[in-house]
Amino acid sequence: MIVNNETIAHLAKDNQRLDGRSLIEYRQPIKIETNISWTAEGSAKVQIGETVIMAGVKLSLEKPYNDTPDQGGIMINAELLPLSSPDYESGPPGIKAIELARVTDRGIREAKAIDMKKLCVTPGEKAWFVIVDIVTINDAGNLFDAASLAVLSALKAAKFPVVDPETGAINYKKKTEESLPLLKEPLAVTVYKINGSLLIDPTSEEEKSYDARLTVASDDNGTISAMQKGGDSPLSIDEVEKICDIALEKAKFLRKELNAALK
Amino acid sequence: MVYTKRLDGRKIDELRPMEAKAGVIPNADGSAMFKAGKTTAYAAVYGPREMYPRFLQNPKIGVLRCHYGMMPFSGSGERIRPGNSRRAQEIAMVMTKALNNVVDLSAFPNAVVDVYVDLPQTDAGTRCAAISAASMALADAGIPMKDMISSVAVGQVDGTVVADLCYDEEAYDAIVSDVPVAMTHNSREITLLQMDGEISKDDLIKSLRMADSVLDKVYDLQKSALKERFSMDKGAEK
Amino acid sequence: MSNILIKEKAIVIPGETLAEGMDYLPGDNTYREGEKIFAKLLGLVGISGRVIRITPLAGPYIPKVGDKIIGEVIGMTMNGFRFNTATAYSAMLNVKDASSRFIRNEEMSSLLSIGDSAVVKITKVTSQNLIDLTMKEPGLHKVTGGRIVKINSQKVPRIIGKQGSMINLIKNKTGCNITVGQNGYVWIKGTPDNERIVGEAIKLIEEKSHQEGLTEKMDVFLSSKIKTAPAKVEEKQ
Repeated sequence: MIVNNETIAHLAKDNQRLDGRSLIEYRQPIKIETNISWTAEGSAKVQIGETVIMAGVKLSLEKPYNDTPDQGGIMINAELLPLSSPDYESGPPGIKAIELARVTDRGIREAKAIDMKKLCVTPGEKAWFVIVDIVTINDAGNLFDAASLAVLSALKAAKFPVVDPETGAINYKKKTEESLPLLKEPLAVTVYKINGSLLIDPTSEEEKSYDARLTVASDDNGTISAMQKGGDSPLSIDEVEKICDIALEKAKFLRKELNAALK
Repeated sequence: MVYTKRLDGRKIDELRPMEAKAGVIPNADGSAMFKAGKTTAYAAVYGPREMYPRFLQNPKIGVLRCHYGMMPFSGSGERIRPGNSRRAQEIAMVMTKALNNVVDLSAFPNAVVDVYVDLPQTDAGTRCAAISAASMALADAGIPMKDMISSVAVGQVDGTVVADLCYDEEAYDAIVSDVPVAMTHNSREITLLQMDGEISKDDLIKSLRMADSVLDKVYDLQKSALKERFSMDKGAEK
Repeated sequence: MSNILIKEKAIVIPGETLAEGMDYLPGDNTYREGEKIFAKLLGLVGISGRVIRITPLAGPYIPKVGDKIIGEVIGMTMNGFRFNTATAYSAMLNVKDASSRFIRNEEMSSLLSIGDSAVVKITKVTSQNLIDLTMKEPGLHKVTGGRIVKINSQKVPRIIGKQGSMINLIKNKTGCNITVGQNGYVWIKGTPDNERIVGEAIKLIEEKSHQEGLTEKMDVFLSSKIKTAPAKVEEKQ
């Protein structure tokens, strides 16, 4: 509704929001639960405010790619389930789901978060391939951040399944104690620009009235591993710098929440 | 060899531990989660709302449309490729027929009531959990229904009639029969009935009577989950 | 002998047995089969004399002639404006019912544009639930400023209260202008903090609509919130 869009823009100029939060405050509650699916090798359910997302890790043994015969691989997929919002329909992923998947994927892949060489079993023949599926349960805004948190949580909680040493067959019903070789823990934070002000964790309504957004994935060292700009309006270099500062600080906050939940 | 002791130690008519909750998806008009053993189903209702494609509209009465999906990581083996498999389409169809018996959409001509069910983990009894969740979600959405629908899978394993088969029982190395059943609560009429495997007529009737007696437990759980939404002390929890 | 099986204000689910015997009569949202009366949806039991009815706790808005609602313009045709009314049905505001002035086709967007919200009234509902609207009466207008929140339309009577007691309490305590649409949209206009408090109050009423003593609870809630409203929200991080 235009009336809400205009009010959101007016309030933003005064550093205010419809729900009274500060511009750099995440909604509450933030809940992270792992191993919510016994069939996944690793899984997590993340809640930020009313947004709820699940991520599940599945592992398989495949022939490595020709150009990287001593490495495994990772792929991240996303589905915006119609059950999570009246705006989504059944069918193949649209551009919103594709962007969510690819941006989250790059955040993990380009950070070299997983030691691909350690996923190799027999060079040129067999290596572990990791597929993470992101699934929305309730979309109340800010899928990027919630998805990134869910994927990292699921990867951290994942355990390799037992492989029969003679036949090489995977016994998906038995898990080993071995975790994935994670080298880094990148997290994405998306900062939105509304009427000149920068804010994080938008509600669905705020998402409908923004000028520009920038997703920044960073790891625990403060190294940026992925970025994606969205929205119809441009950003100045100063704004990009401010956004990076916010994203790095908020990633630290999310990482603290994650570690507290995984204890 | 007769299957006297169940693989997970349950009695022959004992259901797996169940959990039910209503109103779990705020965006939906009605929603519910239903869990039986390690099978979990989430259901969300959107509607009545405008129906697309238009040619499916019914000018006399609203249309109920169910959708069923398993999340890619919900299968007990390899990853499931996303997409509407034929199995999912058939389950959606029998679910719609099962629920259509009780919903009354006469006040909503040309509209559709969409029910989406997705499962994050499965261990047999998936369509049963889906229907039990969907029935709760429809009630939660305030859709007029003359009764609730509750569902469980019964059948026989190596000569013994049992209720609520788990995956290992379905896959048991002997003659097995898996019979998903859904029934109304008041008139005890069957609105979903399928069968896989081999079973004698007597055992079939015996298993249906077992379903009739155990479904009360499913119904009681659905009822208390719906009423719990409005319990007096709920407001404090936010 | 007739038997009533539930109490007034009990919460029942579809198919629950309400009464046995022919002395009781099936009211709204119930049905009789044989000698028993059953609930037809999730709701609260209400007993008036011999009539048992269910007040829904959820469910779609059923458009009625005379209802004041808030809708959003989603399209323009040669003759007027198409509205989204939070129903499954198409609603039209003919341009001649939009203003007492004569408006030419080219001037239509000066009145309302796509995305605008307006307080309108239902003048006609066809058998296929197509809706005709008017914006010509006093109290009907385009919405500018403030914010619109959405609640379930079944809770609207609780938001308004007996003879407006609830809505007036909220208006007086917060100083906001509030227009409640029968379809569940509520327009709130005041200071940003007070608008937010009204929004929270309305959501709270929606959640607890089945409870007693709601007006007193709201009074307490609003008093506590208004006290702390001017202070800035503390930064938790």
